[in-house]
Amino acid sequence: MNLKITNVAPIGDDRSQDDLYTIYVKDGLFSDPFDGPFDREIDAQGLSVLPGLIDAHVHLRDPGFEYKEDILSGTKAAAAGGVTSVACMPNTNPVIDNATVVRYIMDKAEEKAVVNVFPIGAVSKGLKGEELAEIGLMKEAGIVAVTDDGNPVSTAELMKKAMRYANDFDLVVIDHCEEPSMKNGVMNEGVVSMELGVVGIPDIAEDMQVARDIFLAEYLDLPVHIAHVSTKGAVDLIREAKKRGVKVTGETCPQYFTLTEEDCRGYNTLARCNPPLRTEEDRIAIIEGMRDGTLDLLVSDHAPHHNDDKDIEFSLAANGMTGLETLFGLAYTKLVKPGLVPFTRLVEALTKAPSDLLKLGRGEIKTGLPADLSIFDLDSTFTVDRMNQVSKSKNTPFHGYELHGVTVMTIVGGRIAFEKE
Amino acid sequence: MDYLRNKDLLGIWHLEPEEIALILDTAAVMKKVLDAPTKKTSHLQGKSVVTLFYENSTRTRMSFEMAAKFMGGASANISTSGSSVNKGETLLDTGVTLDMMSTDFLIMRHGQSGAPDFLANRIRASVINAGDGMHEHPTQALLDMFTMRESLGQIEGLKVAIVGDCLHSRVFRSNLLALTKMGASVYCSGPSTLMPVNIKDTNAVYTKHVEEALEGADVIMGLRIQRERQKAALFPSIDEYAHFFGLNLERRKLAKERAIVMHPGPANRGVEISSELYESDHSVISEQVKNGVAVRMAVLYLLNLWRNRV
Repeated sequence: MNLKITNVAPIGDDRSQDDLYTIYVKDGLFSDPFDGPFDREIDAQGLSVLPGLIDAHVHLRDPGFEYKEDILSGTKAAAAGGVTSVACMPNTNPVIDNATVVRYIMDKAEEKAVVNVFPIGAVSKGLKGEELAEIGLMKEAGIVAVTDDGNPVSTAELMKKAMRYANDFDLVVIDHCEEPSMKNGVMNEGVVSMELGVVGIPDIAEDMQVARDIFLAEYLDLPVHIAHVSTKGAVDLIREAKKRGVKVTGETCPQYFTLTEEDCRGYNTLARCNPPLRTEEDRIAIIEGMRDGTLDLLVSDHAPHHNDDKDIEFSLAANGMTGLETLFGLAYTKLVKPGLVPFTRLVEALTKAPSDLLKLGRGEIKTGLPADLSIFDLDSTFTVDRMNQVSKSKNTPFHGYELHGVTVMTIVGGRIAFEKE
Repeated sequence: MDYLRNKDLLGIWHLEPEEIALILDTAAVMKKVLDAPTKKTSHLQGKSVVTLFYENSTRTRMSFEMAAKFMGGASANISTSGSSVNKGETLLDTGVTLDMMSTDFLIMRHGQSGAPDFLANRIRASVINAGDGMHEHPTQALLDMFTMRESLGQIEGLKVAIVGDCLHSRVFRSNLLALTKMGASVYCSGPSTLMPVNIKDTNAVYTKHVEEALEGADVIMGLRIQRERQKAALFPSIDEYAHFFGLNLERRKLAKERAIVMHPGPANRGVEISSELYESDHSVISEQVKNGVAVRMAVLYLLNLWRNRV
């Protein structure tokens, strides 16, 4: 498709009307100015036009758990949230631990998906933490990183091997950091877990594993990426390591700068996630980590679950919350609007940073790159309605939140994947 | 105050001190009924009381059923072995099924913390928590306080020493909330591994030396030690536990002369409490059982008032 998007304002906190420009899209790629013909001309006056958002941590649940989500519904949810690319996690059934499953996802995405889908492979066969998965063959089939997400990479020795082997194929290892012997709990260990009488997971269970991975990254001089950082301790460790030149990067999710363990009160299973919601002190530290770039990426950790897995006893409920449709709105409303994080930093965390980590060659509006664009109306608001999500699942704890940043249009490779009615 | 504010009794957490006082005052009246030659009232006439127990219980279940019967209610019980629960029915479906049979009171014990809270929001019946996981056991704390008040006159200002497995104990959590709401101070002791990590952030005073907790106490309460905890590497052996933390006549002497000795039962004699102390004049353990019936009558009576008001 050929598109012309006029009156585009530069990205910045100061949305001045002086240097409005025009974006040209030719055959699905950003292009130098040309005279048309255009399939569509879009006037972006008053809107915020961003490079297509990339969500580097999404559970599409396909194959195996299509009753929670599938590649079509998950990518539609992404498009509705203004997300143009998703990296999907390997804890499917079967696990993404071989090239056949990768090809299944790539083929189905080709046929059904409305946004770009980049599979992430498992570190270990069956996510069991024992033998390495066929990382090289999966890379040939299209994976962009490896992780045992849902589980930590079980031992330091396996992590060492995984980092070295993955690096042979220019892939980064993404680690879900949690000391394995301490992961039996169902929420943060603290006063609230004590009062609710449920088993807690201490914040240091995350910190210890982050420290382990930093030691390994420093020892091997190889990169490691820390998934969904939730604690002040982990933010501090990553910040210090970066100062020493360790190749560590980190990500967080909106729930960790919006909610705390207090939201679990009343046995609210919608607030159950892993890592668990932490304390106010951690929440503040996560915001600071986002602000100063210690946490490079912002991701949703979109984890759809059927009501049958959520509307049950707290300790039996599944971990995770949907997030694709609230990712940008929460970030803009909770971080940028109150002046805690500059808008340019947020955009980087959702575009350039994930593209660099996964080597996607996207995340910028530059001639020759695939024309992925996310267009938002920052001035208008929407109210999150959990029963009316595009995702198949309804498990968002943000029901009733009024958020700034309405998705106006999502453009993927020059095609309009979502347009506000 | 002459009524409770909520449909359910899910935990001490939700109760105001005035509501606790109301329940205790009402229980005093109910105890007179229990002592009367004809133990019968008509407060629950035409009402149905169901006990749904997912865990074993002797005294709690029986005392609720006796309380309901003394007050003229129709009581029925379901145990997990004889129902659809073993066929994989969800808690919600079981709860709604019972609700649709015009149940007025659902008395529930469950291994998962928060299970009564979960059901209470979804059914019309009043849910009474008879113990959920490691969360709360509100009627136990109420009967404990009733017993303290009866023996010692008042709760405010008492020093209550609770010894044992506080970490896994719903009795501890409910008592800590209840006693501090009513102005008593709670000291606790036991191996650190059987204490919540955050015990210092609670209203309880924790001391690793049981003697400090017992010193000058008005009330000594032992908690049940579950033998499977030893297997989970929380303490080395039953003997070692009993040596350092077992309640006995010698340790009782550290407390006030008038101090009473309590235990929620069932007790492991010779482990958390010696037989000699259990049977001593200081022990009110048997009285606790009797008071349990009175307190549960009071709770049913007051929740029924709430239901009639609505």
